[in-house]
Amino acid sequence: MNWADLNLMPAAPELFLFSAVSVLLLLDLFVSDAKRGITYVLSLAILAVAAVLQLAVAEPYAIHTFSNTFVSDPLSTLVKLAMYATTFAVLVYSRQYCADRGIFKGEYFTLSLFALAGMNIMVSASHFLSLYMGLELLSLCLYALIALQRDSVPATESAMKYFVLGALASGLLLYGMSMVYGATGSLELAAVAKSIGAGSANQVLLVFGLVFIVAGLAFKLGAVPFHMWVPDVYQGSPTAVALMIGAAPKLAAFVFVLRFLVQGLGPLVADWQGMLAIVAVLSMAIGNITAIAQTNIKRMLAYSTISHMGFLLLGLIAGNADGYSAALFYTVVYVLMSLVGFGILLALSRAGFDCETLDDLKGLNQRNSWYALLMLLAMFSMAGIPPLLGFFAKFAVIMSVVNIGLVWLAVFAVVMSLIGAFYYLRVVKCIYFDDAVDTAPIVVRGDMKLLLSVNAVALLVLGAVPERLVALCVEAMKQSLTVL
Amino acid sequence: MSFQTVVFYVLSAILIFASFRVITAKNPVHAALYLVLAFFTSAGHWLLLQAEFLAIALVLVYVGAVMVLFLFVVMMLDINFEKLREGFWRHFPLAGTVGLIMVAEMALILMSPEASLDQFKAAAPLAADASNVKELGRQIYTTYLLPFELAAFVLLVAIIAAIGLTQRQRKDTKFIDPAVQVKVRRDDRVRIVKMDAEKRAVADTDVVSEEQQA
Repeated sequence: MNWADLNLMPAAPELFLFSAVSVLLLLDLFVSDAKRGITYVLSLAILAVAAVLQLAVAEPYAIHTFSNTFVSDPLSTLVKLAMYATTFAVLVYSRQYCADRGIFKGEYFTLSLFALAGMNIMVSASHFLSLYMGLELLSLCLYALIALQRDSVPATESAMKYFVLGALASGLLLYGMSMVYGATGSLELAAVAKSIGAGSANQVLLVFGLVFIVAGLAFKLGAVPFHMWVPDVYQGSPTAVALMIGAAPKLAAFVFVLRFLVQGLGPLVADWQGMLAIVAVLSMAIGNITAIAQTNIKRMLAYSTISHMGFLLLGLIAGNADGYSAALFYTVVYVLMSLVGFGILLALSRAGFDCETLDDLKGLNQRNSWYALLMLLAMFSMAGIPPLLGFFAKFAVIMSVVNIGLVWLAVFAVVMSLIGAFYYLRVVKCIYFDDAVDTAPIVVRGDMKLLLSVNAVALLVLGAVPERLVALCVEAMKQSLTVL
Repeated sequence: MSFQTVVFYVLSAILIFASFRVITAKNPVHAALYLVLAFFTSAGHWLLLQAEFLAIALVLVYVGAVMVLFLFVVMMLDINFEKLREGFWRHFPLAGTVGLIMVAEMALILMSPEASLDQFKAAAPLAADASNVKELGRQIYTTYLLPFELAAFVLLVAIIAAIGLTQRQRKDTKFIDPAVQVKVRRDDRVRIVKMDAEKRAVADTDVVSEEQQA
């Protein structure tokens, strides 16, 4: 190999991101606390430039580089653009919240952007090793971000829990990867798939490794029975960081799972379908039913995340390109919804007060009817009520399992989403029919108000014309998964 | 059984024992020392696999640097490990049983005839002059360039995180800005106050009364 073989163009957005964040890290040292806004604006600028670069180097086919450890395909382009937008929104939403709590520091931005870079790698990796490195980069940033509010005991505790369980999950994943390597003799996704497809690999060893890989992936997705960390981490971490964990990393985790199971272990589809079905059924059941008992809204959203992960897995269980695109569509929609949900919580929080329990939302309509309406949109969309976007996402994944004949699974999913509707509607009831307990004025920065409104209204507008977004997902998936 | 197999099993037994002691030793310094033993023994495993560079790196980096640092931390921090591990022995029987069952299950799968692990033959021995370092370097800087660079970024993030989590502007710090210190003028330090002379008699009686109290 020489320099001419090293085609850096497909990885240009990542290279830019890594270099720019490193420069930002140094620049930030010379910025005083009062002028931290400079770091904030620069971070947003980095995201914008990376997105433009991403569009500039996008090709409608897959390009491998870095000796096949990195791939740039339409799927990764689409997801990366969504992640830039998500991170942009997260930074805008969390500005005031962080400033009020003393975590509006340089580290907050560098760690967030490094986490994004890690996610980019997860999305664009075509080798077990780079997949794993991307995951570790992301996880390490998230652990640190949670603990950044150092004097808060719940934050430190949840960072510790996340760290220990995350390390365990990484261990499981690595152990599974080593078994697959033993059976196939390669760590490269395409080569692994080829070796399994040819039937030359040791079947027992493969399935043995697959069990550990699925367990590790379920841990990272936060699906039952590996979900124990999700509620504690969501509840304990600062709301801004909970938003960050709940948004872009879900997109990255989805593509991560897709690369592992579909691109790498695709020929074992019959084996992982069953495992994922159990995980999906448990996630939908435990997520939705436990969420009903929660009074802390962050914890409730955490259980709702768990159930959404169950729905997302339905698309993967389908095991065909339609199912995968439905799951991708679901993930994008889920991220849009959770941005609004957590965004409202951030908007309602102020210095010395975190909007955390259902009581804090009571009578929101009396206090500010616009935010009440935005929260209503988010909750209705999460519950899957037409004509909001969430309905079409649920519809797509449920259709994909009906299409492969798993009607019982579809019926179960519908029943669970009905149960889930209860706690989403309870939030709406609190907002509209209860009297306000807390009557402090809601002060929100103009840019956040604008972005949050656009974000929430998008749930309604895109819900009216979901075909465009669905078509984008289908197209990206078709062009990327050539193995299918 | 060849000599190498014997060595392998001896090393493995020591490794398992050392790892077990790491989590069960009461004294944290002992735990750290057992971890040193565990690393050292794994280095022996690398040697058996003819990966001498990795073996040396493991000893130098982990035993030589990381663990020594770790020992310093353990000795300097006044952490009550007994309190931290409260409930460890209470939960140990259940956790141990679950762990043993898992190990047994995994062993059953991997040792079953279907797994046919004997189809994996030992790798051909390397040539006497094969260079580990050269091969490793070539792989790292060509095929695995991306993961290698990513590892560098993971370390950078670890540094940022460590500094971000521990750096604290203490309230009682006696921080001095040299620039300000140099620019100081007489007027900043000494203030001349015009006032009438104090009457001495009052002060004297005060002192006397204090002495009497003492």
